[in-house]
Amino acid sequence: MGHMDAQKDLYREEAYELLATLEGALLELEHAPEDLEIVGRVFRAMHTIKGSGAMFGFDDIAAFTHAIETVYDLIRSGELKVSADLISLTLASADQIKAMLDASQGMGEVSAARTDELSKAFAGYLSGAASEGDAAAAIEGLKTCCDQEDRQPLTTYRIRFCPHKDLFVNGTNPIPLIGELRDLGESTVVCHMRGLPDLHELDPESCYTSWEIILTTTRGINTIRDVFIFVEDASDISIEAVDVMAETEPDPSYKKVGEILVDRGAISEEELKAALCAQKRIGEVLLEKGVVDKAEVASALAEQEQVRNMRKKRAAAEETSSIRVPAAKLDSLVNLVGELVTVQARLTEFAARRSDADLTGIAEEVERLSAELRDISMGIRMLPIGTTFSKFKRLVRDLSAELGKDINFTMEGEDTELDKTVIDKLSDPLVHLIRNSIDHGIERPEVRAASGKTPMGTIELSAAHSGAHVLIRIKDDGAGLDADAIRAKAVEKGIITPDASLSDKEVRELIFAPGFSTATNVTSVSGRGVGMDVVKSSIDSLGGSVELASEKGVGTTITLKLPLTLAIIDGLLVNIAAESFVIPLGAVVECVELSEDARRHAHGRHLIKVRDEIVPYIPLREVFGIADGTPPIEQVVITELGEARVGFVVDKVIGQHQTVIKSMGHMLKNIDNVSGATILGDGSVALILDVYKLMQQSERMEGAGQM
Amino acid sequence: MSKTILSVDDSASIRQLVVFTLEKEGYVVMSAVDGRDALAKMKTKPVDMVITDLNMPNMDGIELIQALRKDQSFRFTPIVMLTTESAQNKKDAGRQAGATGWIVKPFKPEQLIAVVKRLLG
Repeated sequence: MGHMDAQKDLYREEAYELLATLEGALLELEHAPEDLEIVGRVFRAMHTIKGSGAMFGFDDIAAFTHAIETVYDLIRSGELKVSADLISLTLASADQIKAMLDASQGMGEVSAARTDELSKAFAGYLSGAASEGDAAAAIEGLKTCCDQEDRQPLTTYRIRFCPHKDLFVNGTNPIPLIGELRDLGESTVVCHMRGLPDLHELDPESCYTSWEIILTTTRGINTIRDVFIFVEDASDISIEAVDVMAETEPDPSYKKVGEILVDRGAISEEELKAALCAQKRIGEVLLEKGVVDKAEVASALAEQEQVRNMRKKRAAAEETSSIRVPAAKLDSLVNLVGELVTVQARLTEFAARRSDADLTGIAEEVERLSAELRDISMGIRMLPIGTTFSKFKRLVRDLSAELGKDINFTMEGEDTELDKTVIDKLSDPLVHLIRNSIDHGIERPEVRAASGKTPMGTIELSAAHSGAHVLIRIKDDGAGLDADAIRAKAVEKGIITPDASLSDKEVRELIFAPGFSTATNVTSVSGRGVGMDVVKSSIDSLGGSVELASEKGVGTTITLKLPLTLAIIDGLLVNIAAESFVIPLGAVVECVELSEDARRHAHGRHLIKVRDEIVPYIPLREVFGIADGTPPIEQVVITELGEARVGFVVDKVIGQHQTVIKSMGHMLKNIDNVSGATILGDGSVALILDVYKLMQQSERMEGAGQM
Repeated sequence: MSKTILSVDDSASIRQLVVFTLEKEGYVVMSAVDGRDALAKMKTKPVDMVITDLNMPNMDGIELIQALRKDQSFRFTPIVMLTTESAQNKKDAGRQAGATGWIVKPFKPEQLIAVVKRLLG
């Protein structure tokens, strides 16, 4: 946009200069009405004002200048004479153009009546040859010419492009033209060189080749014609549609004789093939007789091949239209795949113990297949998030009307796919967040205007993939979070003590605390006690996280980070003594060793230096209360969540593991540093660590320890 | 190597539009204010394509095209003329003189890029 503004400024500057030139030329012309050089100057000035005007969006100026330009063109060609009257009229018009330029940057106003009056006067000079409608039509033409999307059903065209010998004379190179055609769709290009003379007769500056292009495209014939627009006069071009996909005529050709004979059992398939191989192709027969040349046959074959391929594709497309399946069936499919993955893990483990090459081979094959099966069945459960997004449009429209706010709601990444279960559970938190943005975020138009913002607020909802996660972002350009107000409220509600020292970020995080609401006046929309804490806990339950960024007066951005799927994840299998644990691989950054030396070095604090960075670590042995037997060298699995890095100390890192997540059941639902369990190949159970919760837990413990 | 294009126009705003649009597409773009200036510049540095306005002082577009086509080194250089007149006569005069293609003003940047790609590849 900034670039266009700069262009507009440049145009205005130039137009003012041209008007000055114009004035000078007109005054000279008054004394020398016959001087065509001066007429030329006047014409060129008008010409540029008009031409550039239309390009930089000064349509009014372009339209107004058109008639004047035409009049001076006629004077140039001697059809009209310069008169004193015409000169004063032109001077008046120059003033009018100046007024239009001024008005375009907010200085003064243009009298439409005056514009009209002057236009009419110039039109009077034109003897009906060129009418003022032209300019309007030309400008209209510009507006529509590019917007016209020349689209239609997939069609195959046969394009013959036979340039005349003198094609090169005007500097035309035919190769880019063919390249342009190829870009339009799927194509086969056959080059004919039958016109090529013997070497001694060959003129290197003449074009002897012609081309045949078989092109399958959704673009219309006009787009194809347009490619040849500069060479129409210097070549013979024919464009024919040979196959249109939209036509659903049944194939009229019946089986070939050979096929019928096979069907009737008169001959066998092999006999037919042998007979067909002995037979000569029609192309070969014609070639031998000298009726056609090789390139001709090649191009006919290309056409046949391409049309066949396109028909096959169309048939395939018709067959693969979607089917509806009850969600429960998909759930059981995924469960079964989960079982399969578990069994496969057992098989792999068994094969490894047996050291039997054949068995290992089979196990690897099963592993490959089950991984593929896992991906596909997960894929089936994936839905584009747009289905959830679309209902927010209505929500924003209704709510903003109710609250008297003007909001532009945009969505991005609607085709980002997420597991169906995640999508289902995401809807309510999103509704809440968007309501918050409308109610607390975006200010009323008059408030916005007073603080120098556009009266219309913006809320952007976007979704994007990021590794094994999907990021959903709700961004508004509203008032932002007021840290002081939040702090005051939190103190009032007894969430924090008045003397608590918190960073701004920590203060903002308080809105996630249970029972928090900052709206001073409770509206029907939000502030009914269902707070951000509910949003946070439902996102947490999906294994996701909520991040908040806000600047007072500028806006708020809330980012939800969600796992792609809930059923099977890639995990890192680790051991502590005899116990196995799984750490979600998405969070793992690297593994490093922790020697006794390093431990001593840290003087009892749980810190390790990794690549010059101090990373705190959590000894899982302590967290899970596993009795001693610490090996001399332990392993630290470094994980990353948001900006924070935390290491988890384990005895041994086993390796990557396809983890089928099993819920822990109701009895154990309050254990919150474990998000589930999985069954390993040997039948034992491994707990899946909730990295985020573990991190929080140790932060709390640290805090408590300091007090 | 990126190709060099010469934009010839007496209007600074059009020149800037052409330069900006084509540089963004990775071409090297020079500019000249009229036909005479263009010829002088092309003597010092070879160009792969010329985009010229038709109405210009000193030496107009048609004269420039004629002069270039007479020059052995520019006989096959693609030349695009910018014309406000969609009228056939001006276009014909340009083609007669040896223009390779044309763009009717007003045009959009995308149209300019399409024509340059069509002729330069």
